[in-house]
Amino acid sequence: MSLFSKPKYSTVTVKKKDIPQGLWKKCPVSGEIIYIKELEENQNVVPKSGYHFPISAPERLRFLCDPGSFQEFDRELAAIDALEFVDSAPYAKRLEKYKRESGLNDAVVCGTGRIHAIQVSLAVMDFRFAGGSMGSVVGEKITRAIERAIEQKIPCIVVSASGGARMQEGILSLMQMAKTSAALARLAEAKLPFFSILTNPTTGGVTASFAVLGDVIIAEPGALIGFAGPRVIKETTQQALPEGFQSAEFLLKHGLVDMIVPRTEMRDRLRDLLQALFVKKAG
Amino acid sequence: MEKPTYTLEFEKPLRDLGRQLDSLHQLSIENNVDVSREIAAIEQKIAATKKTIYSELSAWQRVQIARHPKRPYTLDFVERIFKDFQELHGDRLYSDDRSMVGGTAMLDGQAVMVIGQQKGRDTKENILRNFGMPHPEGYRKAMRLMRMGEKFGLPIITFVDTPGAFPGIGAEERHVAEAIAVNLREMAVLKVPIITVILGEGGSGGALGIAVADRVLIFENAYYSVISPEGCAAILWKDRASAPRAAEALKLGSASLQKFGIVDEIVDEPFGGNHTDYDKAAAALKYAITRHLNDLRGLSVEELTNGRYDRFRKLGVFEQQAVAKVGAE
Repeated sequence: MSLFSKPKYSTVTVKKKDIPQGLWKKCPVSGEIIYIKELEENQNVVPKSGYHFPISAPERLRFLCDPGSFQEFDRELAAIDALEFVDSAPYAKRLEKYKRESGLNDAVVCGTGRIHAIQVSLAVMDFRFAGGSMGSVVGEKITRAIERAIEQKIPCIVVSASGGARMQEGILSLMQMAKTSAALARLAEAKLPFFSILTNPTTGGVTASFAVLGDVIIAEPGALIGFAGPRVIKETTQQALPEGFQSAEFLLKHGLVDMIVPRTEMRDRLRDLLQALFVKKAG
Repeated sequence: MEKPTYTLEFEKPLRDLGRQLDSLHQLSIENNVDVSREIAAIEQKIAATKKTIYSELSAWQRVQIARHPKRPYTLDFVERIFKDFQELHGDRLYSDDRSMVGGTAMLDGQAVMVIGQQKGRDTKENILRNFGMPHPEGYRKAMRLMRMGEKFGLPIITFVDTPGAFPGIGAEERHVAEAIAVNLREMAVLKVPIITVILGEGGSGGALGIAVADRVLIFENAYYSVISPEGCAAILWKDRASAPRAAEALKLGSASLQKFGIVDEIVDEPFGGNHTDYDKAAAALKYAITRHLNDLRGLSVEELTNGRYDRFRKLGVFEQQAVAKVGAE
């Protein structure tokens, strides 16, 4: 659905069947057709429109870290269906499917790596795995990433992409909000910087815990960021939502986000911030 | 004694029996006949039915009791458990959120800081209290008062009773998520004892925002959940009418919560629920709070904060597989 309808008078009509599968992608903002290889070279950001395609955690880590510097931890942690939760499908079955499709054990990849030679502890969420939802494993791994930063006296960076707490793990998911936030209290006491990067989308329990506790909060352009979902707010309040409501730009204007940084510039901006808040201070 | 009113769906058999009893009374007065035997029989039946209904409550039935319009709320407990409650208003930033109340109070001669979500009893009060759903200002007021409690060495007692934080435009514009998150972080390191009681509804992040405590107690019929049964049903079953199933699946009742280590103690309710006897419910709660507070008062600041950290640090269930590869060919 486009917000602004415009008469279409393009002279070239591209029929769907003319586009070879897997070679081209269509930009959802401009409608431009882009060669996938070109897109990947630009970190999956459409060069002209600036649209950020979602990326996986492993891709994100490749874009952020010095080549070969990332060392993964806690990969072996896997979810347990503690509630024996069954909706339209059993949670245990869903987990198998997510694992198969993403090649991950859960919705976050954690470890240490270097950004322009500065050692950091990283946690990067992956929306492909259960909508990036936070259950026990995500909470535990992020907490360990924060504790690892404290142990090694290095900064911590968390990249969020999440629909919120994982319903299928019930109250245990909710408790991960408290657990991760408590760990951040200790990181703060150790005076180590925490950078929170919000990508599309970051909502619910993730927003209401570690994601908004960054010393610096950075958002990717156009990311949806909020606590309650837009549909819930609309239904509850019966009000029309303001334009651009809950977008990264809206939150910059309303004072939650420190800066909006395009993906392709993220690594360099992080270096500058790390220099100011960590390296220069320590040296 | 005030006649009990049965308003919940599953209490219908009791409602019917009550009506039968009334008409028998009427009959005996109007026609001057002795129906005492029939009356005794019905009274016996009422007692038996009550026993059957209330001793095997389903998760969804308990949720309904937790939301009972006559259930005692935060201020009902405050006036029965404490003395000299001094309500303190406002977050010093934007406004005073009436869905979150707080202030100093005396518990058996000892000063404490009391904070809790407050629902309204009628439509007018519910509008004032926003149905117990705080805006960011509520969480920021709560944190202001908790910091004050820490400054003056007062233990903090919080009462949770909310369907959740309010999902609205203003709440988002003023960053309710940030207000909650800051509370989670700051409560973890407050240097005074914190006790939380889930009185009725423990609705998601809106509940947790005042519930990072050394001890978390819960009333027998209260619930504490990551999402409301209706919200969960709407998302996973695509149908809000599946709320009873969702309530069951979410394991949001007090017994399950204790099993998972989420709550430390279940406080028994008067038979039929807290709304049947406010004083009895308050007495049971006061006893539990006092006991836990006495335990906590004996701890050093370090023991207290380390204990609180460890309490939440260990929550979560997962497996650490020896073989890391999943789905490998």
